[in-house]
Amino acid sequence: MIRPPLFLPQGVMRHFLLSLATALLLALPGLAQAQGTATDILNENRSLVEKPTRAKIAPVIEALAASGDPVAATVLAAWADKGLGLRKADGTFFLIEASGDTWLLRDLTGADAGTAPKSDIVELRPNAGVRGLIATALVQFTLSDPDPETRAEALTSIARDPEEAHLQPLRASLATETDPVLKAQKERLERLLTLRFDTDSAARVAAIQGFGADLGLDLRGALNPLLATSRIAFTGDLPEGSNLARDLVPGKDLSEVEAYDLLVAAGMAPARLTVEEARAALLANIVDGAVGGVPVAELGTQEARDRAYTALEVAGTVPPAATDAEVAAAIAAHRFVEVYEEPDPAVTSAAKSALDGITMKVGAMQAADLALDAVSLASIYFLAAIGLAITFGVMRVINMAHGEFIMMGAYTGYVVQLFITNYTLSILIALPLAFAVTFAAGVAMERLVIRHLYKRPLETLLATFGISIALQQIAKNIFGTQARPLTAPGWLDGALVFNDVVSISYIRIAIFVLAMVFLLFFLWLMKRTRLGLEVRAVTQNPSMAASMGINPDRINMLTFGLGSGIAGIAGAAIGLFAKVTSELGSDYIVQSFMTVVVGGVGNIWGTLAGAALIGALQKGIEWLNPSNTLAAQTYMILFIILFIQFRPRGIIALKGRAAGD
Amino acid sequence: MTRQTFVERSFLAKNPSVLWFILILALFTLGVTVLSEAYGVAFISTSFVKTLGKTLCLCLVALAMDLIWGYAGILSLGHMAFFALGGYMLGMWLIYARTEEIVVAALAQGGLPATPEEVRQGIAVQIFGVVGASEFPPIWALAHSFWGQMFLVVAVPGVLALVFGWLAFRSRVTGVYLSILTQAMTLALALYLFQNDSGLRGNNGLSGLQNLPGLSDVSQDDLSIWFFWASAFALGAGYVLLAWVVSGKFGSVIRAIRDDEQRVRFLGYSVEGYKLFVFTLTAVIAAIAGALYYPQAGIINPAELAPIASIYLAVWVAIGGRGRLYGAVIGAAFVSLLSSWFTGGRAPSIPLGFYTINWVDWWLVLLGLSFVAVTLFAPKGIGGLFDLWQGRRAPDRKGAALGPDDSSLQEKEALK
Repeated sequence: MIRPPLFLPQGVMRHFLLSLATALLLALPGLAQAQGTATDILNENRSLVEKPTRAKIAPVIEALAASGDPVAATVLAAWADKGLGLRKADGTFFLIEASGDTWLLRDLTGADAGTAPKSDIVELRPNAGVRGLIATALVQFTLSDPDPETRAEALTSIARDPEEAHLQPLRASLATETDPVLKAQKERLERLLTLRFDTDSAARVAAIQGFGADLGLDLRGALNPLLATSRIAFTGDLPEGSNLARDLVPGKDLSEVEAYDLLVAAGMAPARLTVEEARAALLANIVDGAVGGVPVAELGTQEARDRAYTALEVAGTVPPAATDAEVAAAIAAHRFVEVYEEPDPAVTSAAKSALDGITMKVGAMQAADLALDAVSLASIYFLAAIGLAITFGVMRVINMAHGEFIMMGAYTGYVVQLFITNYTLSILIALPLAFAVTFAAGVAMERLVIRHLYKRPLETLLATFGISIALQQIAKNIFGTQARPLTAPGWLDGALVFNDVVSISYIRIAIFVLAMVFLLFFLWLMKRTRLGLEVRAVTQNPSMAASMGINPDRINMLTFGLGSGIAGIAGAAIGLFAKVTSELGSDYIVQSFMTVVVGGVGNIWGTLAGAALIGALQKGIEWLNPSNTLAAQTYMILFIILFIQFRPRGIIALKGRAAGD
Repeated sequence: MTRQTFVERSFLAKNPSVLWFILILALFTLGVTVLSEAYGVAFISTSFVKTLGKTLCLCLVALAMDLIWGYAGILSLGHMAFFALGGYMLGMWLIYARTEEIVVAALAQGGLPATPEEVRQGIAVQIFGVVGASEFPPIWALAHSFWGQMFLVVAVPGVLALVFGWLAFRSRVTGVYLSILTQAMTLALALYLFQNDSGLRGNNGLSGLQNLPGLSDVSQDDLSIWFFWASAFALGAGYVLLAWVVSGKFGSVIRAIRDDEQRVRFLGYSVEGYKLFVFTLTAVIAAIAGALYYPQAGIINPAELAPIASIYLAVWVAIGGRGRLYGAVIGAAFVSLLSSWFTGGRAPSIPLGFYTINWVDWWLVLLGLSFVAVTLFAPKGIGGLFDLWQGRRAPDRKGAALGPDDSSLQEKEALK
């Protein structure tokens, strides 16, 4: 990164600004003669241009940029791009372009000027420093370019990589900006550059305070470097001109080792002897099988090695190393502080208070974002668990293949997308089809297996495990082990962005909506339909229900199919954001059971509460320990195990006869 | 019942299967030794001896599973976690002591005898370099001591089972809830060990366990047969111990708990205490089996703790036959050997014309479905075949037994 320093004296600066303003005002063809043409400027400074040095060429480049000559931008760009040449014979500048053995020449206005052999022309090759100066000078042209897109691009590139030199051209271009959006962007960027690079302390403080508690990442990116600190050690008073951030107490704010390393690095104390160095020193001084009078065979303990080294030290064969006592004394004799790299205390204190305000606000926003994340995770768990809430919660059938029904739903979505390429249409077809496929699978499983095991719950668990193993392997055999894509329709791409901190992707909103739809559907089905009534009757007392003319077999079959079908729809939805593999289901099965058990078996509100609790908990733990989602899952499961100790029947426990056992 | 008859019915007389089992196990051990490369005619390869030794360890953990599930009625889906924990605990000593040898040898080249600090630092860097650490976590405090880690083989799974069981049984978590809870515990443990900063090398696990420290001159041929003997001995001892546990009054109580927990509680037995004892005992046996298994396998990683492993354990016991100890052994041996045969690619594929059934891909489907079939149609498993054979000799009695002993009245007899 090249940062051209502005070594200009005030006078030149003012002159430059004036000329720039004039140039911009007069930037009309034919009137741009105020400062002479680009050709004149180049000719006046021919020798400098031919062999430019970074320090001396700056005024020439500025003069070119300020000339107002419409060709100046072209000339500068060509120069930086090794496209400017000098004819040896008369010293005329040309825009050159290689063509075989000759140069194609154009004069500076772009008019064709014939060709010349390579030997007649000196190709100007500015070094990297000079190219940097030229690039900076070119910024003002792009910032004032008539094309708004070019201006926007220039703004983006400056924002990405702000430099001190951009500030003046940016300010200059503000006045002529006509596009209101770009103007606002420019003003914001101008303030960001001001707070970092302006020479006037008051202007910087004003710029910082002007932002208030703005949440923009760019603002934080500009403020943070202002507060960069470094650690220094000294005796006596604080060195002149340093901007104290805080005192460091050795042993508390920094370890003794770090403190001493600081002293060593600053050359204020002799280096401590490392184990390796001591070892090397001892090895180098073995005399007759002993070091400093200690036999080599005895050097198997640190104590013996210290003894030998001390003996060498006394004999003067090795340099003295700092002992622990000396280290402690050296640390005690020095004061350790953190100082800001930024020398101006007014700026750092303003930046600090601004950042504190921002941090507070960001914290609040992050809490909101976390809550959104938790809600979204909870709705995923709820969606995965709602089928179980029917089969396990209502029918009390443990279905360990539930996860595989989720997987089947996801693969159904994938297969539909193979045939229908319109993603919106395919998802609309996939959802009911996933329901149909898993409904059929669930009914088949109930008829063939589960029906025979209603009285033996542990064996239901085992048999469904067997089915789960077989289904998973079959999926692996058909679809392979690699993840299959299930692509969401375009209108679900992207995220609803509230600000730089709070956002939620549309897919997650859709999942949330879907979960709510299913909640309402479940409630409607159970409370408002004939089927729901019969299901509840069969669950509470099968023989009584049978004597009322309800066919328990049929009801059990339908209920189980319904639970499985909902798992299939959940799978098609989950597949939109998760990887569709044969293990998709087993990732959710334990969490789903936990959701139902924690919430309270047999109550949909309990399942909802369980999903909310687990979602919030997992996100909360992830927030405390953001680097490690595995740990979050571990602690969440531990919490659930403990939770069940205190509420074995879940958050919302059924009471009375409905509770069964 | 008089005192006389009580003495006559000694432990072995009441459990003829124990003698048969020990006899068959002894003959099997002898046969493998004679056929092995180390001490016999080299008919069986060393790797197959290792497979057989590992199978014996799996039989031992299946015995434990049978006690907790077949006899006490607690379907634990966490016993493979205890098994793996036992392996980890012994593996820590193996990898430490082995690395120590290497580090000491390397440092001895340096000209100076190594200090203990240097050795420890060297070992730590060797072991934890893969997870980017160079310090020993506190849980490795006893790793330098064989007996220390042997103690932990028993203590860590034992204490974990004790605490978990106490929490679970105290709050009367039973049936499928307990199964799911144990599965959650297993999952939590596996996820924890998968982290790199768990102190057990994350998903790299512990490797090179087949090399015993101090025995680098002994060939794997010899080591494999030694471990085979140790596994056979452990299995025999475990069988006798568990047969004794389930044969007396204790056995009657835990079977009663399986059949009707409430009634046993009303009779004044401390159901939780019995369950906790069985849970912890089986966890310890599983851990010992694991400690014997992983040196033969050579590597252990957190995938071994995945909940599916414990489910397979239940599958073995169910296929072998619950509620009889030899059933568990048969199931574990049969299914695990069959599984390694099928997944080893040696089973012939079946061409169906339009599709070829490749057993590497379809074995799990077969296993899963046969598991369903066994659950549905043959709840007694393979062990149930012995009943058919016994039925020829003993009177063919019908109906469910009304008491825990073989001689108790059965339903239809009581009606007469």
